[in-house]
Amino acid sequence: MSLAFASDFLAVLPAWVLAHAAALLVVTPLLSGPIALVLSRGRLAWGWSVGISIITFALALVLLAQVQAHGSIMYAFGNWAPPLGIAYNVDALNMLVLLIVAGMGALSLIYGLPSVQKEIAPKDQAPFFAAYMLCLAGLMGVAITGDAFNVFVFLEISSISTYILVAMGGGKDRRALTASFNYLILGTIGATFFVIGIGLVYMATGTLNMADIATQLHGRGDDRVVRAAFAFIIIGLGLKTAMFPLHTWLPGAYAYSPTVVGTFLASTATKVAFYAMVRFIFGVFSAGEPFDGALLELVLAPMAIAAMIICSVQALYQTDIRKLLAYSSVAQLGYMLLGLSIGTAAGLSAGLLHMFNHALMKGALFMAVGIFALTYGVRKVQDMAGLGKTMPITAAAFTVSGLSLIGMPLFAGFWGKYFLIMAALERGWWWAIVALLISSVLAIFYVGRMMEMMYLRPPPKGRRLKKTGMAEAPLLALIPLLIVALGNVWFFFDTSLPKGLADTAAQMLLGGGAP
Amino acid sequence: MSWTPELGLILLLAIPLGGGIGVLAFSRWPNLRETATLLSGVLLLANVTALVMAVDGGARPSIDLMGMAGGMTLNLTLEPLGAVFAALASALWLINSLYSIGYMRGNKAKDQTRFYFSFTIAIAAAMGVAASGNMITLFIFYEALTLSTYPLVAHNGDEKARRGARIYLTILMGTSVGLFLPAVIITHVLAGSTDFTPGGLLAGNITTGLGSILLILYVFGIGKAAIMPVHNWLPNAMVAPTPVSAFLHAVAVVKAGVFTMLKMSVYVFGLDLMRELPASHWLAWIAAISIVLASLMAMAKDNLKERLAYSTISQLSYITLGAMIATPMAALGAAVHIIMHAWGKITLFMCAGAIYTARHITEVSGMKGLGKSLPWVFGAFLVGSLSIIGLPPLAGAWPKLMLMMGSTDPANRVFIGALIISSLLNVAYLLPISINAFFAEPLDKKAKPPKAPVLTVIPPLITAAGTIVLFFAIGPILDFLRPVFESGGLS
Repeated sequence: MSLAFASDFLAVLPAWVLAHAAALLVVTPLLSGPIALVLSRGRLAWGWSVGISIITFALALVLLAQVQAHGSIMYAFGNWAPPLGIAYNVDALNMLVLLIVAGMGALSLIYGLPSVQKEIAPKDQAPFFAAYMLCLAGLMGVAITGDAFNVFVFLEISSISTYILVAMGGGKDRRALTASFNYLILGTIGATFFVIGIGLVYMATGTLNMADIATQLHGRGDDRVVRAAFAFIIIGLGLKTAMFPLHTWLPGAYAYSPTVVGTFLASTATKVAFYAMVRFIFGVFSAGEPFDGALLELVLAPMAIAAMIICSVQALYQTDIRKLLAYSSVAQLGYMLLGLSIGTAAGLSAGLLHMFNHALMKGALFMAVGIFALTYGVRKVQDMAGLGKTMPITAAAFTVSGLSLIGMPLFAGFWGKYFLIMAALERGWWWAIVALLISSVLAIFYVGRMMEMMYLRPPPKGRRLKKTGMAEAPLLALIPLLIVALGNVWFFFDTSLPKGLADTAAQMLLGGGAP
Repeated sequence: MSWTPELGLILLLAIPLGGGIGVLAFSRWPNLRETATLLSGVLLLANVTALVMAVDGGARPSIDLMGMAGGMTLNLTLEPLGAVFAALASALWLINSLYSIGYMRGNKAKDQTRFYFSFTIAIAAAMGVAASGNMITLFIFYEALTLSTYPLVAHNGDEKARRGARIYLTILMGTSVGLFLPAVIITHVLAGSTDFTPGGLLAGNITTGLGSILLILYVFGIGKAAIMPVHNWLPNAMVAPTPVSAFLHAVAVVKAGVFTMLKMSVYVFGLDLMRELPASHWLAWIAAISIVLASLMAMAKDNLKERLAYSTISQLSYITLGAMIATPMAALGAAVHIIMHAWGKITLFMCAGAIYTARHITEVSGMKGLGKSLPWVFGAFLVGSLSIIGLPPLAGAWPKLMLMMGSTDPANRVFIGALIISSLLNVAYLLPISINAFFAEPLDKKAKPPKAPVLTVIPPLITAAGTIVLFFAIGPILDFLRPVFESGGLS
């Protein structure tokens, strides 16, 4: 996105929007939630939420234009200057996350009407959309805030609404209830760890503003309280990120939740937690502290590799499509964590780039699977037989995103892997490259299995074809899917937006070195 | 707008893609649809001919299609080796398209639109491989070629086709993602770019130990060159319709593999560095073993297409062998072999398909005595066989001679033995087919005289004639290719 375009875009908006865009980004969806509840009729609440989520996405674009023009922005609530007041900080790092959350939030909501009408009882639809908007607001808040305690608050807003959203899948599949309960228990443990960590930091530094904490900690040397705080925070966020082996809540939550929720969570929730982890490791407890290097190399990197391999193998053996994709997500989170643990600007940038691309591919895959489920009730891999013939457009979108997931060139997923391997090479981490390649080859197998079902098996006899020979989903569901699938191709050819932001972010946090 | 070599590079991709759109647009009118294929074939060949003439005149057209992430560019640059591959693939694609029409209609095949469309995409990818200006561009087109040929291999859609296609995709994608890609990235990190550089990009940038590892990654990562033990996809891909087999074996896929092998040897490592690396000698041994072993396995196959597949594996390793021996003469011989083998092998495949279309016979043992009723087909088959064996005055004679001349170094003499054994084995598994067809008694005398559609007979006759013409055209071909290998001191 060129600067000229950006300034045109800004010129047409009223000044108060520009001045308060950072606050509006969170406040708008937050306030719209209760209103959606009052609207009480499903379709009406949906329309309201879609409108708000589009406005939110537009606000994210406004912020993007501002960040590209000015570098980073600081917004002080009520003009109380930090560290006393609460401040929102937007820079290249959280801009990337905000774009993903706002974009995928709006697209999966637009996509979701037909599946919500099918899966959720009419009286629950308005509460469903209300919870969805709260979740959106919470995720935005985690990403945008510059205040450590605020991170906790927003994390809980998003988590609690997620528990509700996942449990609402109970109407179609009772297993959603246990999945939600599982997530509730583990998520709460994670949040508790996180808030204990924040408390310890506050005890040690007397401040909650993240930039201020970083300044206070700088040059402080080894401190047992800070060390404990760091451990608590990393484990708490690790749970939310679904870092191996703290990922056990994730497959159930993705697989049994309502279609829209699975799509939204898969493309945003873990990304936001991953962002928070990056922010805390490199932005707050800035690199160079005595424990960081060892943590990255001896704890995070092995976990990342274990996730990449073990969860890819688990994905291979799943029969439920959404579970397969969920395990693949944990493996892909391993890629991002690997990028983080390489600890160089090049590695971090690669991890962030992969985060962006992974949101696109998993978003599209979950959307396509949702459409399969909506039309034919397809849930198992073996039920996908013949979908290439009966639903050619959705199947094509699924294929494109699947190839992106494998990391084939011509699709966005290629670059994340390319730069990840390059960064690992520069550090001389051969073992990481070997693991990455094994995991990629495993991805060929688990994606290939689904492709083969779709294209090379005849459709089952009971699956009646309409006159045209195809049974495509309603346009409303199809168009968002196609947009995201197209994104998987677009961001192969034009990486300037995500790569630019990722490079800037990595350089800001680690300085120098990024290609 | 007048034609320039740079425009020609873009047209290399644009013409087949345009043909593909035409195929889709006319899917309801088969005659128009096939016209779109043939028209783009003719245009492509004309464009490539003009490009070859420009390159012959010393031009090295180059164009950046777009910048990609991290300072990399999608770059097309044509040099003699690539021009030769482009010329070969575009000429044979045109002939193969004619043949496809005869074959697919003669066999009343289904899903023909998808078939022709995939072909156009695949040929565009092959053109991209031929004209790639750096390794990362080549890798992208290489993968595009794998993906676009997958529906062709799986075309019949039955259990056997599924299995063949699965093996095809798994081996080719697995080796490229698991070995080829890291090799490209290592090259990128070591040399700072992946641009093909005359004299070798890595020359002086790499230790022999790391260079050896990198070379091994490349050689086994380029799975399309089918060196043992990554050869298994090729016989399994034989489940495809015959025009696809011809395309895989002669026109694009395996040729893209060995072309990449040569390109890597000449422009990434450089022939001088190649000769210094200990791994190149071991890999030459593996290539030699592949040559002999695959020939032996070919003898044991009764299914004609399978026999030809193993023959291809053996012949491809000639090229890998030449690239690994890496004397200028051997490498030049390897480059020439890409052309000569393609014309011989496509003749054999098209004959096999013609026999199948006429009589639905796939086994060698069932072909006795068919020569009287299919004289042209078996005549062409005989010529193709003799060319593969390497008898003058047929095209296949030159590269064998040059490969042997390039292996005169004492350490390499053993490879001359492998080449001789392979030639003898070629005689043993190819010649009896046409001899028995002409001289043995037919198995089933009462069978009605077979008819092969004329479009399945003429193309192999053209390519068989081509093997004779190419024998005499060796002079200009060598003059054209020599600059590529000159920096290595070719006398």
